[in-house]
Amino acid sequence: MCLGIPGELLEVRDVKGLKFGKVRFGGITRDVCLEYAADAAPGDYVVVHVGFAISKIDKDEAARSFAVLEDLGQTSELTADMAEQLLPRSGPWPGEEDS
Amino acid sequence: MKYLDEYRDGGVAASIAKTIAETVTRPWVLMEVCGGQTHSIVRYGIDRMIPPEVELVHGPGCPVCVTSLEMIDKAHAIASRPGVIFTSFGDMLRVPGSRGDLLTLKSRGADVRVVYSPLDAVRIASQNPGKEVVFFGIGFETTAPANAMAVFRARKEGVANFSMLLSHVLVPPAMAAILQAPGNRVQGFLGPGHVCAIMGYREYESLAERYRVPIVITGFEPIDLLEGILMTVRQLESGRAVVENQYARAVTRDGNPAARALVLEVFEVGDRKWRGVGSIPKSGYKIRYEYRMHDAEKRFQVEEIATEESSLCISGQILRGLKKPSDCAAFGNVCTPQKPLGATMVSAEGACAAYYQYGRFLSSASLPAVPAGAPPA
Repeated sequence: MCLGIPGELLEVRDVKGLKFGKVRFGGITRDVCLEYAADAAPGDYVVVHVGFAISKIDKDEAARSFAVLEDLGQTSELTADMAEQLLPRSGPWPGEEDS
Repeated sequence: MKYLDEYRDGGVAASIAKTIAETVTRPWVLMEVCGGQTHSIVRYGIDRMIPPEVELVHGPGCPVCVTSLEMIDKAHAIASRPGVIFTSFGDMLRVPGSRGDLLTLKSRGADVRVVYSPLDAVRIASQNPGKEVVFFGIGFETTAPANAMAVFRARKEGVANFSMLLSHVLVPPAMAAILQAPGNRVQGFLGPGHVCAIMGYREYESLAERYRVPIVITGFEPIDLLEGILMTVRQLESGRAVVENQYARAVTRDGNPAARALVLEVFEVGDRKWRGVGSIPKSGYKIRYEYRMHDAEKRFQVEEIATEESSLCISGQILRGLKKPSDCAAFGNVCTPQKPLGATMVSAEGACAAYYQYGRFLSSASLPAVPAGAPPA
């Protein structure tokens, strides 16, 4: 869990003053905080670590890097919480469940 | 998977390995610091492609592995209390403390939950105002901005029932401790790419200068690692000791300023005990005074804990680069990922788990030499 995982930023939204985005990693989409990659826009590829985008990356590099991470079994952080059905895969935006 | 196929075919990788072989004139010991790099090296057989003169030893770069036993026992004590929801990254659940792991506590009725992001723990806290929600904040510099943001947001949003048990570790002080240790063999480092994506590499420049040790900031893909090894060996062979950046496509000298700023807003540097290594001065983060209301160590008074480490486990020597997993008598028989004695067998980044997963059961001394440039088995 010291490696970032690249994914495609699909959409961006402000939630309670924090910039969030939906990011697709292979077949999984997760909500990701974009505060540390504030210039990322939909269509960009970002490197994500424990729910935070830490840098942008180009598309080819993202695909190659993701393939190596999957091969190394280093993408499990994306699904570790889902085993318990604790949180929806990509449900309502964080903090907006009630609206 | 074009890249991997290309790699397996030999091509680029073999040509770099050949250049390494042509460059080396004497034995060198290199350490890769990051656990992700260790897994890649073992998975793709990088250590068997390079000439035998270049020995790779595995460093302490697995945050789960170096979290001190005291801190894990403290986590278990807090998680066992009624009214507590204890949240953690998934990697931490099966790490053995003195008496069992978090998963065992959960099976006995403790409310232990795995989260993806530390912000998920803050959200659980705001949804459960009658409970104390504690997040186990572990990790290296890569994870610190995420953990810092959770504390920052909890304070800003007034989520009073959220606190963090912080056990952050920092890479450069650990490298210094390894270099200062009696019997140190490490002569060059492959620096941790994603840690430096956050922190930049200015701090490493003073390390390289002070200890006269080459440091090459390196990625985790096979070609990255081979290039990093070549750059380090070139420095060693020519008597240079500077910081070079193999991973320029992800790392700049200044890292990610926004992330670094928030980390320093919420955390400050303090001494930290590392599992298997001992206390290292100024090698971790603590929660700043201004954020102390979210510090679980202050909120939960945990009495003195008597820790008990497995007597068979040599993970401390493995984390310091003194031994390899296959040198351990318990490796693969008494100690397996299903029944781990030490944290290095549990984590996805632990060196023992990597050796086990990729079938490295022979001790390093008994390995046949592989000709330079040969593709991995």
